[in-house]
Amino acid sequence: MKLDVKHILKTYGIFLAFLLICIILAILSPVFLRWNNILNVIRQSSIYGVMAVGMTFVILSGGIDLSVGSVLALSGIIAAGAATAGVGIFGIVALGLLVGVLCGLFNGLMITLGKITPFVITLGMMSIARGLTLIYSGGRPISGFEGAFRFIGGGFILGIPFPIVILAVTVLIGWLVLTQTRLGRYTYAIGGNEETVKLSGINSNFYKTMVYVISGLTSAMSALILTSRLNSGGPNVGQAYELDVIAAVVIGGTSLSGGRGSVWGTLVGALMISVINNGMNLLGINPFFQLVVKGVIIIGAVFLDRLRDQAN
Amino acid sequence: MEPVLRMQGISKSFPGVRALQNVDFELLPGEVHALVGENGAGKSTLMKILSGVYTPDEGDIQLKGTSVVNAGPKAMLDAGVSVIYQELNLVPHLSVAENVMLGREPRRAGGLIDWKAMRAEVKKLIAQFNLKLDPRTPVYRISPAYQQVVEIIKAISLRSDILVMDEPTASLTGNEVERLFEIIRQLRSQGVSIIYISHRLEELWEVADRVTVLRDGERITTKPLAELTVPDIVRNMVGRELTEQYPVTEIETRDEVLRVEGLTKAGVCSDVSFAVRGGEIVGFSGLVGAGRTEIMQIIFGYLKRDSGKIFIHGKEVDIRSTRDAVRNGIALIPEERKRQGLILGLSVFDNAALAVLDRNSTFGVINFKKLSDLIHRIVETIGVKTPSPRQLVKFLSGGNQQKVVLSKWFVRDCDIYIFDEPTRGIDVGAKVEIYRLMQSLAQRGAAVIMVSSELLEVLNMSDRIQVVYDGRIVKEFRRDEATEEGVMKYALGVAGSVA
Ligand SMILES: Nc1ncnc2c1ncn2[C@@H]1O[C@H](COP(=O)(O)OP(=O)(O)OP(=O)(O)O)[C@@H](O)[C@H]1O
Ligand SMILES: [Mg+2]
Repeated sequence: MKLDVKHILKTYGIFLAFLLICIILAILSPVFLRWNNILNVIRQSSIYGVMAVGMTFVILSGGIDLSVGSVLALSGIIAAGAATAGVGIFGIVALGLLVGVLCGLFNGLMITLGKITPFVITLGMMSIARGLTLIYSGGRPISGFEGAFRFIGGGFILGIPFPIVILAVTVLIGWLVLTQTRLGRYTYAIGGNEETVKLSGINSNFYKTMVYVISGLTSAMSALILTSRLNSGGPNVGQAYELDVIAAVVIGGTSLSGGRGSVWGTLVGALMISVINNGMNLLGINPFFQLVVKGVIIIGAVFLDRLRDQAN
Repeated sequence: MEPVLRMQGISKSFPGVRALQNVDFELLPGEVHALVGENGAGKSTLMKILSGVYTPDEGDIQLKGTSVVNAGPKAMLDAGVSVIYQELNLVPHLSVAENVMLGREPRRAGGLIDWKAMRAEVKKLIAQFNLKLDPRTPVYRISPAYQQVVEIIKAISLRSDILVMDEPTASLTGNEVERLFEIIRQLRSQGVSIIYISHRLEELWEVADRVTVLRDGERITTKPLAELTVPDIVRNMVGRELTEQYPVTEIETRDEVLRVEGLTKAGVCSDVSFAVRGGEIVGFSGLVGAGRTEIMQIIFGYLKRDSGKIFIHGKEVDIRSTRDAVRNGIALIPEERKRQGLILGLSVFDNAALAVLDRNSTFGVINFKKLSDLIHRIVETIGVKTPSPRQLVKFLSGGNQQKVVLSKWFVRDCDIYIFDEPTRGIDVGAKVEIYRLMQSLAQRGAAVIMVSSELLEVLNMSDRIQVVYDGRIVKEFRRDEATEEGVMKYALGVAGSVA
């Protein structure tokens, strides 16, 4: 069989593009490939990356979650509050995650039982969670934590930053759930054609709700990492994060209309955003310009995706 | 006579599939040329090559003597070829007139659409066929038969001289089919050449002059229909003798499995009561729109009911969702495969496994090994023609897609199977297989319900027949007392006039 270049480009385009960018940066900047810089890039991507795994579930099911940035802020501030109030590490984590799960549950139930589109519900939640964060914190950051909680964002395991470990485990679990469990297969199926899923005797509302719960959960996980790392929970963190998270998913090849994609793509998408940010910083490019470049890359990725669709 | 169309040596491959191999096809002016073959034989692919949607790997296409290969869809349309595809391509929320004139809307000065001219034009076209149809009606509100007619009107309005119809009668019933045949004859008399694809072989003699048979992507024969019989065509299609079209078996009937009492939903059905025993196949006959599909969807928990009771094995059950229905052992094989039966972007495997994931998983984790065996076996038995179970369903031929829908429910052990138009778009050989599978379900003790618009199929396969008219069961026939005329009379609401 002859090597089908077109086919390879279309199937692995995003991975190749990622490699290409890395190679170019490695040539332009000697710092890029240093171990410390690499760890730094991955650690930066872990915040978006973890949330993007949850977002992948949502987008695969044909939905969208605009509330992730605000939910992150709310979980973070509650965790920070608990931490400064002397709650133990497990209590902090449990509380933080619970907040995320409850926000996701609210989103999911309103979408399935209230029959309101995900866009509208999560847009509302974006505002509600941000408001609650401001109310709880009185608009001021909550800072200064004890050792155990600091480990989540700042610790190392075998020389690897703990956030990277969390990211790796999250991606792995996300992949296993999507490929090996009913929840995962139904997520794809619902994104493909919900009516067919219903007519197959499946309680699609339950699974759809679960998808938003997962997204809430991963937002809370990112909140714990970020809050711990900054040693502070702020009312304004996480603003506009939903854009980078959705971008990571879309760059990773998950179709915004649902039913097609994977967490591996999402991981590459998250790394890509991080690498580009890092690279442009290393090269000393004006931050205003960086925004433009990022936008171009998102559009380029979706364009690539369309080519792949047409090939089918 | 010089042919209007000559396709020569056409070959086309897809990854893993050789769809067409060195196929020749000729169409004479004013001829109705039938194109038949098993599911996946390559009929639709040949037509998509003709319309310019696909480019052939090899071969030449000549329209009135000029070569037009690789011209593309727009050029073929301009050259007078229009195709009515297997799956209708109408925009549901646009009106009949807008659908017909889509992309060619008459404009007034300033670029605004000239609605008056548009309606007048479409009205004229409708009048040609003596139809009662308001051009302003949105398409989703009219019956599938009329939707088909809208597609035809659209094709005619392009003043094409070659018209392709890919299984136009698949979703039509008796009268509507007659209506369509009249239209076809009328077109032929105007000199339009028509390519007509169908799996209902009996009807070919009513409209077509010649027939071409494809098998596995090769042309087997082209002959005038007058020289052939149904068994001749079948032999050419499947490559062997097909002994029986409707298999017969003696199945012992057991205790009652399903009983429905006084099922009522405003505007849909009223006071529907019937019972099905284990081992029985009960047919539901009626016109499109009589409410058969809706009655079944109510039993399956997909539509809500106003009143009425459902009993399974003598016990009343409370079915409020499709999940309740499936848990109570009911399966519904829906009528609209694309919208309700399939997930086109997923694989054959994923689609066929959708309804049994719960039974093949522990704590939500799927046991793929066990599942694979099951799915592979059923896909094999039903004969889904696919290069691999990993193939996406959207790449299968129409009939093979239907077989995937059937597979999904055959793999699940249920007490009650409701088939809504199970053989729509399925070839003759595969139909027999499906009938056998239905019988084996009954043999196992399941209650089988078959909703079908193919009268012969209902007559031959059912132990009893319920005739539905206007949302009510107006008559029940035992197998030995049912005749075509008898059933038709009640289906049309002529006999036993409903109070
Ligand atoms: N786009 C595609 N990609 C891959 N395979 C395809 C594609 N289109 C068709 N095929 C394959 O080509 C073969 C012929 O398909 P085609 O749709 O022409 O069959 P058909 O004769 O119209 O069958 P049916 O009676 O079921 O409609 C089938 O095996 C089908 O799976
Ligand atoms: Mg076809």
